Amino acid sequence: MIRVVLPAHLRVIAKVSGEVELEVVGTPSPASVIDALEARFPALLGTIRDPLTQQRRKFVRFYACEEDLSLESIDVALPEPVQRGREPFYVIGAMAGG
Amino acid sequence: MSDVRVLVGTRKGAFVLRADGARKNWDVSGPFFGGWEIFHVKGSPVDPNRIFASQSTSWFGQLIQRSDDGGLTWEPVGNQFLYDGVPGTHQWYDGTPHPWEFARVWHLEPSLSDPDTVLAGVEDAALFRSTDGGQSWSELSGLRGHDTGSAWQPGAGGMCLHTIIVSPHDPRRIFVAISSAGAFRSDDEGATWKPINRGLHSEGLPDEDAEVGHCVHRIAMNPSNPDVLYMQKHWDVMRSTDAGDSWTEVSGNLPSDFGFAIDVHAHEPETVYVVPITSDSEHFPPEGKLRVYRSRTGGDEWEPLTKGLPQDHCYVDVLRDAMAVDTLEDCGVYFGTTGGQVYASANSGDSWEPIVRDLPAVLSVEVQTLV
Repeated sequence: MIRVVLPAHLRVIAKVSGEVELEVVGTPSPASVIDALEARFPALLGTIRDPLTQQRRKFVRFYACEEDLSLESIDVALPEPVQRGREPFYVIGAMAGG
Repeated sequence: MSDVRVLVGTRKGAFVLRADGARKNWDVSGPFFGGWEIFHVKGSPVDPNRIFASQSTSWFGQLIQRSDDGGLTWEPVGNQFLYDGVPGTHQWYDGTPHPWEFARVWHLEPSLSDPDTVLAGVEDAALFRSTDGGQSWSELSGLRGHDTGSAWQPGAGGMCLHTIIVSPHDPRRIFVAISSAGAFRSDDEGATWKPINRGLHSEGLPDEDAEVGHCVHRIAMNPSNPDVLYMQKHWDVMRSTDAGDSWTEVSGNLPSDFGFAIDVHAHEPETVYVVPITSDSEHFPPEGKLRVYRSRTGGDEWEPLTKGLPQDHCYVDVLRDAMAVDTLEDCGVYFGTTGGQVYASANSGDSWEPIVRDLPAVLSVEVQTLV
């Protein structure tokens, strides 16, 4: 079971209020977690990854276990505590604005 | 008595304003999709309870929302706007080739005859159509594939397709406008297109009368007279009497012929409204006076409409999709400002009152007249 924390805007779109728990086939990676997320919440299609390139949108970041995974390959295995459900995988909207 | 429902898109959400035909007491609901940019909200003429909204942010991209109950509840529909085939390139600001990249939906135009069909004008400029209520989208790629497409360049706001008008007399005839490629017309439901920019004159172009490259800000039509079009260009207010084949300047005595919004009275095809803006470097009204100008002669002769509008220290803008008219007997005119006001006139512009004063910057205003 993978725990995912979504930013507020995407929780509204997905109509969830807290963490999302997902079953992911194989070794979880950012890509496979987002695949599972989009399968369960089709309204999130294209909001985290560009629909054409399937790459992380530029103002979205991925964090886990106090590390920024955003610049890693989107297919890299997530840290073991995330794989075991002890720590969540965070999808973050980059801070910007004024 | 009929009701009116005003659909407002803003920088931080959508709002629905409703009143009876007197248009005095307004019920304001929203924000819907708070925090998101809502470029456009428009209802189906066939089924007014069906409303489409374009929702986007730089963070999470584009969503399309649909309501089937007049804006009370909304559900996301399809948001995959994929260009047909290999997109190719258009010109970038510096004249170099730049790949076509989808950014957002600027304008949604529901069909005049089918509640499941809707057109979407997007940035980078292209036209998409859905025939399943917004669930899936296909590009009408004959527009972008026009011979001139590789030479189109963006305006300062991006290369947006912002105007879509389907002729009420011939559904095969579609007009679109793109900043800053110009105006185009299809007579075969969007399969093929021709530029309709003859008579436009744009200083700053190497060829000031070029076939394409003009920064058309908005086109408007009265449905009873579909061959007569009015255009607010970057500079110049223009009129065509031959469905865009040729244009004549009708700026006349306007204090500035720069502006964005333009619309036509619902029952008087020769009565036109614009909001003059000082210049392309000063996006606020001349002299700090917010004035709608009305022509009852199809242009050239304009009168300022000021009653109820701020005439001191007003430095807001009125954007291209932020003016609309209702179809009640005494035509209502509405516009929104970047200062968050939505003004309404229930008497064809003779006097104005703010419906709301403090919304986020208004991007679009549409009106539904509900029987």
